[in-house]
Amino acid sequence: MTLFKRVAAATLLTVSLAGLAAAQQPEPKQQDEFVPVSQLPPQDQLPAAPLLVTAYAFVWVALFAYVASVARRLSRVQREVERLESEIKRGTRA
Amino acid sequence: MPKWFTPLAGLCAVMFAASPVLIANAPYESTMGLVQKIFYYHLPSAWIFLLSAIVCGIASARFLFGGSPRQDRLAYAAAELTVLFGAIVLVTGPLWARKAWGVWWQWDVRLTSSLMGWMVAWAYLLVRKYGGPGSDKLAAGLALFGMANVPFVYVSVNYWRTIHPATSVVPTLPVDMGMALWFSVACFLLLFVLLLRLRVHLEEQRARLDALYLAVDD
Repeated sequence: MTLFKRVAAATLLTVSLAGLAAAQQPEPKQQDEFVPVSQLPPQDQLPAAPLLVTAYAFVWVALFAYVASVARRLSRVQREVERLESEIKRGTRA
Repeated sequence: MPKWFTPLAGLCAVMFAASPVLIANAPYESTMGLVQKIFYYHLPSAWIFLLSAIVCGIASARFLFGGSPRQDRLAYAAAELTVLFGAIVLVTGPLWARKAWGVWWQWDVRLTSSLMGWMVAWAYLLVRKYGGPGSDKLAAGLALFGMANVPFVYVSVNYWRTIHPATSVVPTLPVDMGMALWFSVACFLLLFVLLLRLRVHLEEQRARLDALYLAVDD
């Protein structure tokens, strides 16, 4: 038997056994009534705190970044205005 | 900058620093719990997003039909603020929705039209930056579409079946929740006025710089 045939046979056997094991497992119990979100098991609940903190952090960071961006642009333009005004006063241009 | 700017900026900073205390002390909403507190920044930023789109649209209309550069500067400043507050709305909303609705996003009419308004504001800024000569008038036309979208965004939840709450929520809030909300609205409104003034000042300085370059070239 070639190596390829041995590997194929082993794979077939594994898949068959896995299928057999899955077929023998009992079916999960069907949920037949409403369960409030607050009564879900802990592993099914989505924590609210990280979402809340992320939302507020995003707002603060976005506002700070915008104010910093406008301040940076404004100081650059004002520096340039002052430079040109002084050049005009001197009657020259660099 | 005008004299009122610095004291009002200080007041705005103090109000923003105090807002988390009021929000933390507001009662929990019975079905959503803690995550509902995103509402206190989400709703005011949504209102400011719509307000700045209206300011941009009106200033653009006055620029188109009156030709005033002052109105053009106001429209440019308001468009940038539309993008800023729109980004806040479009990020805080899905963070709240993930817990409350079980999904990050839903292509319902309120969310989709808000996204569209935000993209129109982006389009305005991109046209202004890369459009070349005449882009100011082209962008002003875009701003009119952005403004026309605002009433649609607002009333959409009352006319279409949507997962988003209707506009009737705010008048029915209990007093403690209402106080925290209106305080946040005051914070965001004051911030909007200050940022708009600051951004218009930047455009005024840029216009002054252009005039100086022309004077030097002559």
